[in-house]
Amino acid sequence: MTEANGNHPGGDEAAGSLPAQQEPGEIIGVRRGMFGANNGGDTSGYGGLVRTVRLPGASSRPYGGWFDEVADELEGALEEQGFVPENVIDKTVVDRGELTFHIQREFLPVAARTLRDDPALRFELCTGVSGVHFPEDRGRELHAVYHLRSITHNRLIRLEVTAPDADPHVPSIVDVYPTNDWHERETYDFFGLIFDGHPALTRIMMPDDWQGFPQRKDYPLGGIPVEYKGAQIPAPDQRRSYS
Amino acid sequence: MSDTQATTHATAGIRETTEGTVYDVTGGDWDEIAKAVTSSDDERIIVNMGPQHPSTHGVLRLILEIDGETVTEARAGIGYLHTGIEKNLEFRTWTQGTTFVTRMDYLTPFFNEAAYCLAVEKLLGIEDDIPERAKIIRVLLMELNRLSSHLVAIATGGMELGATTVMIFGFRDREHCLDLYELITGLRMNHAFIRPGGLAQDLPPGAVDALREFVKKMRKNLPEYDALCTGNPVFKARLQDVGYLDLAGCMALGATGPVLRSAGLPHDLRKAQPYSGYETYDFEVPTVDTCDSYGRFLLRLEEMRQSLRIIEQCVDRLEPGPVMVGDKKIAWPAQLALGPDGLGNSLDHIKNIMGTSMEALIHHFKLVTEGFRVPPGQAYTAVESPKGELGVHVVSDGGTRPYRVHFRDPSFTNLQAMAAMCEGGQVADVIVAVASLDPVMGGVDR
Repeated sequence: MTEANGNHPGGDEAAGSLPAQQEPGEIIGVRRGMFGANNGGDTSGYGGLVRTVRLPGASSRPYGGWFDEVADELEGALEEQGFVPENVIDKTVVDRGELTFHIQREFLPVAARTLRDDPALRFELCTGVSGVHFPEDRGRELHAVYHLRSITHNRLIRLEVTAPDADPHVPSIVDVYPTNDWHERETYDFFGLIFDGHPALTRIMMPDDWQGFPQRKDYPLGGIPVEYKGAQIPAPDQRRSYS
Repeated sequence: MSDTQATTHATAGIRETTEGTVYDVTGGDWDEIAKAVTSSDDERIIVNMGPQHPSTHGVLRLILEIDGETVTEARAGIGYLHTGIEKNLEFRTWTQGTTFVTRMDYLTPFFNEAAYCLAVEKLLGIEDDIPERAKIIRVLLMELNRLSSHLVAIATGGMELGATTVMIFGFRDREHCLDLYELITGLRMNHAFIRPGGLAQDLPPGAVDALREFVKKMRKNLPEYDALCTGNPVFKARLQDVGYLDLAGCMALGATGPVLRSAGLPHDLRKAQPYSGYETYDFEVPTVDTCDSYGRFLLRLEEMRQSLRIIEQCVDRLEPGPVMVGDKKIAWPAQLALGPDGLGNSLDHIKNIMGTSMEALIHHFKLVTEGFRVPPGQAYTAVESPKGELGVHVVSDGGTRPYRVHFRDPSFTNLQAMAAMCEGGQVADVIVAVASLDPVMGGVDR
């Protein structure tokens, strides 16, 4: 069902707004019904509607502005070091004026070091790592997203790596960007992503003996119903919601 | 304090562990700790400072390994104020998100709101549609907020040194800022005033006059900090060359804001990557090259003067106009109005939707309960908060709720530099170094 819809751009929520050179991105969810309410009846007559949700997909050249320059320099610098750029960079996404390199996880330290040290790239400042959990993105459930800032060239790019739930390992880049020490601990704490090579990967926010990884989508929010003026208000994750 | 009292006080916080003797510091008991340390034959002593120590800016725990008066190793334990705001956001609408993010770093609520709203607006693709008046008021509130945040930084920093006059002055002036927040938003903190698409409401009558009055008052009050501290030999002796972190250290540890600028790099996102029209304002980015706590104090003082300049320009530019985008699928239909109970819906609007327009009622209901949808994708926006780069990474799955919101809080990142600043220094300088970072645990732990 999902696949069939995925091959059919008309059924995609995101596809309509994408420029022509963009490929369809990964499916991260399926939306059913007219209003997206997950409880209560849908009397609109469109209750059987099924739409897939896709993230913005890979872009093709030219990316525009300084994006091409950065991509050229990165590919060139990787080649100089004996890497095949296509193996390192999965795809490049240009969306909403932001440049994202999807990096194969084993090449993340190489890519990060190149981006930091190459004089034409010079992304000196890493603003940490943010985890995202996509349970529907099969085989790439856990995403680690890095934002690198170049003060020299006044640029900002994003690196994204993925890891499957079954093997939640991503190489640490603490030795390239020491600032990521706490950030990687935080992402480990909340998503269970294991950053191989981190000097001391322990929980940072949650208690040391905490079970589970709270920011994963299958981890419940919790909460208790509250009585207000005689009515029961359910806990936030139990309330009627629209997707 | 008599000797017997001192002994009980100190011994109350001493525990024998497998790692050696552990002293718990409860505040004001440094003499006793020092005495206990000298009488001990243990060479390696761990002082466990906090998480409830009065000079640790909230519930920060510092674990210090000391050799006499020298700190040989320092580590920070955080997480005591973790409230799961990022997780909670995933269960509310995009607009409700502002009520949560405003509580992160509770001393910079407008920066949290602005950064979050800029990210949501980027995802929606409506950055260019934000009305001019809303942008000016956002800048105005952020600069007011920079003042109040820096005032607390200087006030608490002074208090920790025993300079209580600085503390009294700082909180006195912060009170003027809070009075303005209350006048403009109805609340002294946790405003949720900046919303995706604009603002919750317009400036109330009398706000412009109050702002002009405030600028005049602050121009008179700011030199008092100079007079009290800048040339004060005791203050200088405590701050100079303390909490040293050079440019290489800042870049490696990701330190931004006054810490980075105290190492001489004039990096300020308001100039480098302007947002909300900052490129049109006339202001300077001050730097010093001392890399120390004293330099950071001078910077905060100068940044407050620059903020006053920006506030003045904002007030001069204000023209009547809308403060919310025109798109009725995003903007809440009602301008909130100040009622006798503080905040509430405009009575005129309620009269309209209840009495005359069924469609407006439905629309209002849908927008408030269900919220608007944001196209799938991700965005990162950053603003220059008083503490440094406040970045927001927002992911949408096309629904009415954020799929993931991550705040890169500058306090969190800068606090990592604590060890580099304190190790090798004196125990008493730890307090000064941490104060110069100005960490707020609400932002660190989120």
